[in-house]
Amino acid sequence: MKYIKTISGSNLKDTLKKGGCGECQTSCQSACKTSCTVGNQKCENR
Amino acid sequence: MDIKERIHKYSLNGKNIVLDINSGAVHVVEDIVYDILDYYKTYTLDEIIKLLEDKYDDKDIMEAYEEISLLENEGILYSEGVSIEDIRYNEDNIIKALCLHVAHDCNLRCNYCFASQGDFKGDRSLMSLEVGKKALEFLVKHSGGRRNLEVDFFGGEPLMNFEIIKKLVMYGKDLEKNYNKHFRFTITTNGVLLDEDNMKFINEYMDNVVLSLDGRKRINDNMRRTITDEGSYDIILPKFQKMVAKRGDKDYYVRGTFTSYNLDFSNDVLHFYDKGFKKISIEPVVTSPDKDYGIKEEHIDTILKEYEKFSKDYINIKKKDDDFLFFHFMIDLDQGPCIVKRIVGCGAGSEYMAVTPEGELYPCHQFVGDKKFKIGNVYEGITNNEIVKEFKNASVYNKEKCRSCWARFYCSGGCHANAYNHHGNIMKPYDIGCEMEKKRIECAISILANLYE
Repeated sequence: MKYIKTISGSNLKDTLKKGGCGECQTSCQSACKTSCTVGNQKCENR
Repeated sequence: MDIKERIHKYSLNGKNIVLDINSGAVHVVEDIVYDILDYYKTYTLDEIIKLLEDKYDDKDIMEAYEEISLLENEGILYSEGVSIEDIRYNEDNIIKALCLHVAHDCNLRCNYCFASQGDFKGDRSLMSLEVGKKALEFLVKHSGGRRNLEVDFFGGEPLMNFEIIKKLVMYGKDLEKNYNKHFRFTITTNGVLLDEDNMKFINEYMDNVVLSLDGRKRINDNMRRTITDEGSYDIILPKFQKMVAKRGDKDYYVRGTFTSYNLDFSNDVLHFYDKGFKKISIEPVVTSPDKDYGIKEEHIDTILKEYEKFSKDYINIKKKDDDFLFFHFMIDLDQGPCIVKRIVGCGAGSEYMAVTPEGELYPCHQFVGDKKFKIGNVYEGITNNEIVKEFKNASVYNKEKCRSCWARFYCSGGCHANAYNHHGNIMKPYDIGCEMEKKRIECAISILANLYE
């Protein structure tokens, strides 16, 4: 494309099929302990 | 929902960025696309050509419009959301993580401590081996088919009860074998009691260690005081440097708190970097609004500008040193969590609970000591299912403010404790926290866009 560069074309809705397995790390345990930031966690089911 | 609310666009660090909120796709666009998007979906192509005729050629507008339409058809621009009926979340009430308060006592007296200088408004106490073992058994028993279980040794200051920690880790190893589980142990410490022996143990058995220090000496010592009311920086810094040097490839975070007294907190991150730390988190203080050191409405502009300023420094450092990490600027657009996790949030009170030294269960460490939120105890299990239900229900689809927010799938509704501290209601997010989080996400994505090339 000339005017648009897609840096992430993944579709969150595709994760619905196998999502919610719960194997990922609990957000608050990782570093913060005070402010929930979920978007920076890793999926452990890929 | 208004179709325009399906995307979020902003310009930062020399990039025009467009997020497709529901799919999570991210696009970096030229000015012409950025401008067309103001009218796309509301006006026809002919009308848009007319509206932008002073700025761009007809042919270019048509080409850019075509590219936008293409992405829309691919489902990565203006995409529709999933409905809440499609979301299944922890229907078996599996618990996967515990925060073990092994010590409700502390050897520092930090002014801003949410735990009332370590005792959580109760008596100073240490967790017994018996309670700790019961907590681990409780976790295994309620973990269903989940293999990876997390246990954070927390306080107060957990190293004040280190002998018990060692025994609990070993007991966890036995449970792993008997029940086919894997414990990920972590510890959050102020470092005062770190020595050769416990550093060795921590580095061997803890998957992550969170090292509490606030940054520059003056900033740290203003808040983090010793029992004899002196600064703690000079005692702690060399211990943390030693700890991290010994840690090798294993995870750690040097984690500080910023308050109204250091709104220029990026200098504290950079100070840590100068001192040899690479994995850093500096986070806003959690407190009630009446405290002098609390973050207030009037500080917001300064803080948002600080995040923006720091994002520029961050890009420059990252280009030279990829190991440098600031927790709140980390984002993985392709390998991030599934939509279910993004909708339900941190899992406190449902998948994650805190255990007091006496074995009482609370939704998370931030609620410990507030008896209204007591869920049960490690002996009898969950006795207050209403609280569990309330926390489980606190998803971005059920919080009015989150439902229409572009950042809902990144912050996932924010911290329940922040919401409760400020509004007395876990369903009403903490407004200042929302503003900061939105800015951090914008910065994080603009950083990726700059490092993408």
